[in-house]
Amino acid sequence: MSANNDEINNLLNQDYKQGFITDIQADTFPVGLNEEVIAKLSKVKNEPEFMLEYRLKAFRHWQTMPSPDWAQLKIEPIDYQEISYYSAPKSKDNGPKSLDEIDPEILEAYKKLGIPLAEQEQLAGIAVDAVFDSVSVATTFKSKLHEVGVIFCPISEAIREHSELIKQYLSSVVPVGDNFFAALNSAVFTDGSFVYIPKGVRCPMELSTYFRINASNTGQFERTLIIADEGSYVSYLEGCSAPQRDENQLHAAVVELVILKDAQIKYSTVQNWYPGDKEGKGGIYNFVTKRADCRGENSKVSWTQVETGSAITWKYPSCVLTGDNSVGEFYSVAVTNNLQQADTGTKMIHIGKNSTSTIISKGISAGRAQNTYRGLVKILKSAENARNHTQCDSLLVGDKCGAHTFPYVEVKQPTAQIEHEATTSKISEDQLFFCQQRGLSAEDAVSMIVNGFCKQVFKELPMEFAVEAQALLGLSLEGSVG
Amino acid sequence: MLKIKDLTVNIGTKEILKGLNLNVKAGEIHAIMGPNGAGKSTLSHVLSGKSGYEVTGGSVTYNGKDLLEMPAEIRAREGVFLAFQYPVEIAGVTNVYLLKAALNAIRKHKGLSEVDAMDFLTLVKSKTKALDMDEKFLYRAVNEGFSGGEKKRNEILQMAMLEPQMCILDETDSGLDIDALRIVADGVNALRSENRAFIMVTHYQRLLDYIKPDFVHVLADGKIVKSGGAELALELEEKGYGWLEQA
Repeated sequence: MSANNDEINNLLNQDYKQGFITDIQADTFPVGLNEEVIAKLSKVKNEPEFMLEYRLKAFRHWQTMPSPDWAQLKIEPIDYQEISYYSAPKSKDNGPKSLDEIDPEILEAYKKLGIPLAEQEQLAGIAVDAVFDSVSVATTFKSKLHEVGVIFCPISEAIREHSELIKQYLSSVVPVGDNFFAALNSAVFTDGSFVYIPKGVRCPMELSTYFRINASNTGQFERTLIIADEGSYVSYLEGCSAPQRDENQLHAAVVELVILKDAQIKYSTVQNWYPGDKEGKGGIYNFVTKRADCRGENSKVSWTQVETGSAITWKYPSCVLTGDNSVGEFYSVAVTNNLQQADTGTKMIHIGKNSTSTIISKGISAGRAQNTYRGLVKILKSAENARNHTQCDSLLVGDKCGAHTFPYVEVKQPTAQIEHEATTSKISEDQLFFCQQRGLSAEDAVSMIVNGFCKQVFKELPMEFAVEAQALLGLSLEGSVG
Repeated sequence: MLKIKDLTVNIGTKEILKGLNLNVKAGEIHAIMGPNGAGKSTLSHVLSGKSGYEVTGGSVTYNGKDLLEMPAEIRAREGVFLAFQYPVEIAGVTNVYLLKAALNAIRKHKGLSEVDAMDFLTLVKSKTKALDMDEKFLYRAVNEGFSGGEKKRNEILQMAMLEPQMCILDETDSGLDIDALRIVADGVNALRSENRAFIMVTHYQRLLDYIKPDFVHVLADGKIVKSGGAELALELEEKGYGWLEQA
């Protein structure tokens, strides 16, 4: 092994910085899942009757479904009876309260994560919903947003207080029985964020949710629903992390976006769940269903994701381009190191005329990790003059990792135009030596090369997030080898 | 400035340099010529710290320090610069970004503060102009889609920006047409100074028409077999290398 390789390995093996555990009193359900547990969950959350029915329907459907096995992933069988489906910091009642009522330990935890919840300390212009295990502990700037008619609250609160919107839109993008993990989520989801942007309103600040798993042996099942009414605009950010634990933990989320005529949602994710240790012990199983429905004419959605964490990532943020002239975009950086596995990509379903979609996917694989891009571009008969451009690039770091690309294309409309570009490259010893010969350390050289590789995606991120994403990339992966 | 003494170097089990001696003083230009396979590129790489070479004997002292002990990036920060025979491409990283990162790494090593963004821009633009390069090259990814001549000019631009003390030019003339060669040579000549030394590794005499060396050395079979002034290059051009190798 050359000197360079040694150095690179040291750089690659940096520790996970968000792996601390917060010591708080929690109400946690015993492990196990059955209809009684679901009824209890619904009761704890003070849900209206229709939600219990919804959950039970989902649960019954889920029981008939097999766990999916088509992804390029090796997954240890999950015992769903060994997971607790609810864990919340002890409190007098549900839902967020004023900040001074929150357990100081929790405030401290978010502060450590760089998300001070006290509003005056925050970056101006970002409202935060903080979800801790199964509940939302705080939502900031609610009243300010209320002035312009924007609803930004925990979904559990929306279920109680905006049930008409929930009834109309929940599961209207991702049906209850869509897939195994979506069905499970529908049965047991505990919290998440709800956003409604009224007609013609440009949301005056970025909205963001920070998900934190703290308790052990629990799963986190979050649910996010964002509705952009006609002519509205919102930029939404999502971040996440979890303590370092030896056992795997399940995170099965569903995100639904509804975009009406002339509206736009920009959805950005920096995913940094605990990835497990160097030997692949522990880490989060991240099985997520994200889908946007561009229902109205000229509607637009753009997904930008930077995926650096999780032991396993199974995630395909998708766009259903129903409206004429609707636009779907997917920008992704997925980094896998050590024994991490990712099977991620997108689906672009073109239904409306002149609908266009863009896919830019950057996969980086290091250590012994496996990184898969899986994408579907489907053009239905109705989608005259639909267009898609796909670019998939893979970067290999070292010689023990793998990159895989599975692009699927189905076209039923002869006027459609589809372009697909793909590359696979390696950071070469020559590139590294060149940078070192110009005075850069191996660490800075790799960081520079990887950031260059990801540039097309990073420029889509909101400023604050772009900085965080670059720093994260620096932590997850600072070395490379030819 | 640079003292190479009895240097022996292996690649794997094969001995490439077999006891090489060379002294380079500040302000001097040394041309190292020789047939293919004589060890010219090995010498450039070993001096600049590329991995994959095993030094089996001898020493290299640079400004009184043991050069071979230093990692590649420290040599660079101490002023050793290699102009590559085949400059690499780096997608997505602009030339200005690389130049600024490199300049700051070197400044930091010298205990200087990071260069001010405006000062940097003024500096890089003037150097670009001096090399007859279009400013738009600065904002293109490093060497990506550059022609052979543009890549070599880019190497000289980096040299001009980083102001090294010991410049090693590895076959800088290869792949250049006559106009590009003249521009590159002008760039190098502009950098000549009494504090700076050059080692030019080249197969052909052509480059030496434009950059006049103080000394010419013939490297054959891992050793310097003959040294002389600029006139030796002309003799080599006429007679080839055969007469020296037989000697």
